[in-house]
Amino acid sequence: MSLLEIIGGIFILVGSVFLFLGGLGIFRMPDVYNRLQAGTKATTLGAMSVILGVGISQAATDWTWILKTLVIVIFIAYSNPISSHALARAMYKRKKFPLVKSKAENMDAYREIIETEKEEVKS
Amino acid sequence: MTYIIYIALFFMIAGLTMSAFRFVKGPTAGDRTVALDTLTIITVAAMVLLSYVFQRIIYLDVALVYAVLGFIGVIVIARYLEGAL
Amino acid sequence: MENLSFSSKMSRFLVLWFFLMVLWVLFTASFAAQELLAGLGVSALIAVLSVNVFTCCSLKILYPKSLFYIFVFIIVFTIELVKSNLDVARRVLTPSLPINPGIVKFKTKLKSNFSRMVLANAITLTPGTLSIDLIDDTFYVHWIDVQTTDPEQVHKEIAEKFEKILLKIF
Repeated sequence: MSLLEIIGGIFILVGSVFLFLGGLGIFRMPDVYNRLQAGTKATTLGAMSVILGVGISQAATDWTWILKTLVIVIFIAYSNPISSHALARAMYKRKKFPLVKSKAENMDAYREIIETEKEEVKS
Repeated sequence: MTYIIYIALFFMIAGLTMSAFRFVKGPTAGDRTVALDTLTIITVAAMVLLSYVFQRIIYLDVALVYAVLGFIGVIVIARYLEGAL
Repeated sequence: MENLSFSSKMSRFLVLWFFLMVLWVLFTASFAAQELLAGLGVSALIAVLSVNVFTCCSLKILYPKSLFYIFVFIIVFTIELVKSNLDVARRVLTPSLPINPGIVKFKTKLKSNFSRMVLANAITLTPGTLSIDLIDDTFYVHWIDVQTTDPEQVHKEIAEKFEKILLKIF
């Protein structure tokens, strides 16, 4: 077992633990937005770490692995926030308002925009 | 290395199980889509790990294509839920 | 999309060609002459067809100064990503779920659409925040642990360290 394999193995382990935490976050959080928060962040770092770990542990035998895994890592880092942003906006436009725990009125700054938009459509 | 891969696959399957539970239960369509997104990403990571287990570089392309398709699917579902499609 | 002069369109085309070529080399993972020639042809064709849609950035992005700040941005971004994951792990594993969610807004100083998109992605992956919408220059951000709702304070708290670097790149 070479040094590169050990480093890659550590990356794979850490990444899989974060993937597990992403699943746990989706399971435990109370509403869509918090689920998105936990799901997106944990799975992004988890998948990036696992994929890089595979690339690193193969680097000694075949260096083309690290290039291909790098493409997947860049794609995941680029696409995952975009899809979670699109989902959050779609859920807000469907009037699934987030849970807001404190009493202050301006805690939900986006709501007035949606409501005025709706009135414009009506009038 | 074999044991590391076993442990990693165990954690991934546990994560997959929990997001599959949310996928089945999820009160709204949005919750199901969030769970679908997570399932896709975990599956991509597992595919890359399996390509290491079988020592086939061509499986990495399968994982990349699956990531692209999952991303497009989630975007399309989000546009549909928004009412813009 | 935008109405651009010929020279600015040309520089955008060159940048797009360069990045497509880098992507080609990463995909094929070989430096054989015929593969590189085929890549040059294919990426030039794709860049000609899509230069009106992907108007990402002009040639300024390939200056050494910009490349240095892109490197700094990647370093800062990676540190923030690891920090946000530890934060998520702490929140998920605590039995009482310590969350205090709300939606806040702030105004950005960035001008181009592409840099705003990069900032939105960076905000989504930093600790406890998720960008929901962008109307003109106002970001609406879902914050899992709201400390303040004043736009200036929110800007300082969430976006300032990325925006400083992005202003130097674009």
